[in-house]
Amino acid sequence: MPALLEAERVEARYGWTKVLHGVGFTVEVGGITTILGANGAGKTTTLRAVCGMVRTAGVIRFDGRRIDGQATEDIVRLGIAHVPEGRGTFVQLTVEENLRLGAYCRRDRAPRGADLDRVYGYFPVLRERRRQVAGTLSGGEQQMLALARALMLRPRLLLLDEPSLGLAPMIVREILRIVRAINQEERASVLLVEQNAALALDLADYAYLLETGRVIRSGPSAVMREDDAIRRSYLGY
Amino acid sequence: MADHVSTPAVARAAEIRWARVAPWRWTLAGWLAVLVVAGVLPFTLSDFRLFQFTQVFIYAMALLGLNILTGYNGQISLGHGAFYAVGAYTAAVMIDRWSIPYGWTIPAAALLCLVVGFLFGIPALRLEGLYLALATFALALAVPQILKYFEHWTGGSQGIVLSKPAAPLGLPLTADQWLYLVSLAVLLALVVLAWNLLRGRTGRALVAIRDNPIAAEAMGINSALYKSLTFGVSAAYTGVAGALSALAIAFVAPDAFNVFLSITFLVGIVIGGLASISGAIFGALFIQFVPNWAQDISKAAPWAIYGVFLIVFMYAMPRGIAGSLRLLWRRLTRPNRRSP
Amino acid sequence: MDTFLQQVVSGLATGGIYGSLALALVMIYQATDVVNFAQGEMAMFSTYLAWSMLQAGLPYWLAFAGTLAIAFVGGLLIERLVIRPVENAPILAIVIVCIGLLVIFNSLAGWIYSYIQKPFPSPFPERPITLGAVVFGAHDVGAIGVTLVVLALLYVFFRHTPLGLAMRAAAQNPVSSRLCGVRVGWMLALGWGLAALVGAVAGLMVAPKVFLDPNMMSGILIYAFASATLGGFTSPCGAVLGGLLVGVIENLVGTYVWFIGTELKLTVALALILVVLLVKPSGLFGRAVVHRV
Repeated sequence: MPALLEAERVEARYGWTKVLHGVGFTVEVGGITTILGANGAGKTTTLRAVCGMVRTAGVIRFDGRRIDGQATEDIVRLGIAHVPEGRGTFVQLTVEENLRLGAYCRRDRAPRGADLDRVYGYFPVLRERRRQVAGTLSGGEQQMLALARALMLRPRLLLLDEPSLGLAPMIVREILRIVRAINQEERASVLLVEQNAALALDLADYAYLLETGRVIRSGPSAVMREDDAIRRSYLGY
Repeated sequence: MADHVSTPAVARAAEIRWARVAPWRWTLAGWLAVLVVAGVLPFTLSDFRLFQFTQVFIYAMALLGLNILTGYNGQISLGHGAFYAVGAYTAAVMIDRWSIPYGWTIPAAALLCLVVGFLFGIPALRLEGLYLALATFALALAVPQILKYFEHWTGGSQGIVLSKPAAPLGLPLTADQWLYLVSLAVLLALVVLAWNLLRGRTGRALVAIRDNPIAAEAMGINSALYKSLTFGVSAAYTGVAGALSALAIAFVAPDAFNVFLSITFLVGIVIGGLASISGAIFGALFIQFVPNWAQDISKAAPWAIYGVFLIVFMYAMPRGIAGSLRLLWRRLTRPNRRSP
Repeated sequence: MDTFLQQVVSGLATGGIYGSLALALVMIYQATDVVNFAQGEMAMFSTYLAWSMLQAGLPYWLAFAGTLAIAFVGGLLIERLVIRPVENAPILAIVIVCIGLLVIFNSLAGWIYSYIQKPFPSPFPERPITLGAVVFGAHDVGAIGVTLVVLALLYVFFRHTPLGLAMRAAAQNPVSSRLCGVRVGWMLALGWGLAALVGAVAGLMVAPKVFLDPNMMSGILIYAFASATLGGFTSPCGAVLGGLLVGVIENLVGTYVWFIGTELKLTVALALILVVLLVKPSGLFGRAVVHRV
């Protein structure tokens, strides 16, 4: 069965600086894949490349169709939801308005009420705060809001960029538990970019290790957990 | 892994022999060439053309002033017409009411505008970007009305009529030729002064304040002092331009200093190129001659043609003429980068 | 007291016009950080198009609707065709393009329609409205009504429709909007279209009072700047309220302060701008800009 997302020889640059030098990875249907690496390895750029937010070369296929070179708005409409680094919430809009925006480009005419209920089911705290302006939420709540917004799209693929950034460990565990639930119940495949290797390997089936724009190791998480390469990449010894 | 110093790239740069000459020598050569041409012009052109080029020099001084403030220091001013007016009226009042020789009007205008500009720069510290633009815009709008209100000094709507100064010491020059040379000399002095100011610590401080004010303060730059002083210097340059324009046109009247003048100055520095001394010259040439060309093209709707010129210029050269020349230079001399 | 009420109502009418133009300015500023200097001239040109339609024999409200439609499409096209090529250029470059549009529209209007002032009809009856001892001009009351209706419709559109929500989102956070599938470029174009539409309403309401003339909107643009400054450039509601306040203040000062004649009325607007900027630059309802290090 072909993978849901396939990337081959992907290069990416910001201006004249090349950040990815031929990265390749796949995400299987229904799977959770993680991309690990230290700061500056190019993990965020990889997700941006999938979404068309950065100039790329190489081949990226979603469900068999090439998406490299397309505009972000069009890629998202195919069912790819991206929770960016720093959450990307609309801080001046209310929680509910943020959520409604998540469903903006869905083709189906189904009323959003059912979707909102579903999403509030995963994140009850958002229901309490639904008329609150998003900028007044705590960091953890904003991360939940960002994830909830992505869910409103009914995505087939969920891109998560460093969900643990700046959050207390307890909240991070909660969020990752919900991600697993989403993967199982919504059948959304997940591509998770994380600095916290231990947490990521707990959640994912398959992992890639990125170092200065290249994949230096990959394999099932159980194998990668034992691999020295990760420690060496992060700590240098 | 390192690939930024590859042999083919270095070889290519060496091939472009003229690129090995340091850029500043090219700039200096350019200026000298222009200077020679400018020096010869007064003896070849008609009086009217001379007057137009004198205006170009005067505008260039005003644009240089505005560029120091807006281009290098990032403070947007839509009100420099006000300083131009102060300079012009200073000259007019000194000559007409107090019979002071015209030579003194230039330093007087500079000094007065330095003080006025500095004083204006102090409350301006609280305002940024759009809000500073609005405040200066309001100032520019108020100028004609204020000038008409203080009739006793300014001669009200009628303005003040002056006579063009004649060449001194019986030199065989017409008044227009003399004014041309005076303006050229003053422009040169101001350019050298600006160049000196901007290439050293002061220039770097100004740009630092523009690009990242918080970091600049953190590095110990006294932002408030620099910004207010910059306002003052910028006003002084424009004031000198105003004084010379009073002499060149031999007439000042309130309606000539309306908001459109301030907007024209802004157009001049953006078209010429922000944060660039040569940009002031390019901009001055544009604002002096392009309206005339527009009129030649269409008697019925000349400003529509001018508007089209503005838009097309911004499409082709969003960073102004000087900015585009810089980009062109960089593209021509950049060694070919080929990634492994 | 009667004079006071009359001046207030008259001030609200002109204030509504200032507020509409101010709203147009703020809408574009919020989405693009650019002040569209050409907003007034676009409104003026739309009003001239209405005049042409009326000359051709169209009934007033049909011409009104037609003008709004043309203004909307025109604004949209201007954004897509004229502004889009420079949307990534430095802000001052875009300002110069707007200034270019300003002179083009002004010049075209003068060329096509000449600089001679023309009377412009009001859709409201000539007879004044009398309430007790107070007399109100019907056009003033009507203008307030039309302005309120247009603004109410806009409010409902932005607050309660998905497209309005998408437009607000695109203005606030284009990157995240793209991730929600919002076509940010088209949202900008729609914003320009709506701003032009609102400007056209302002033009149509003011033309009967000041006569149609290519320079008709330049004074009003300045009052619109004052209104947006007073209300806050970051607040659409603030811009409208600012407009109403400026209109009322202008009228009351003109009536009750003896040395402010018609020439100095403009100075009142300018003084207002300067005072607001010195005291609270972000305006009455605007948000102060906080710089995060």
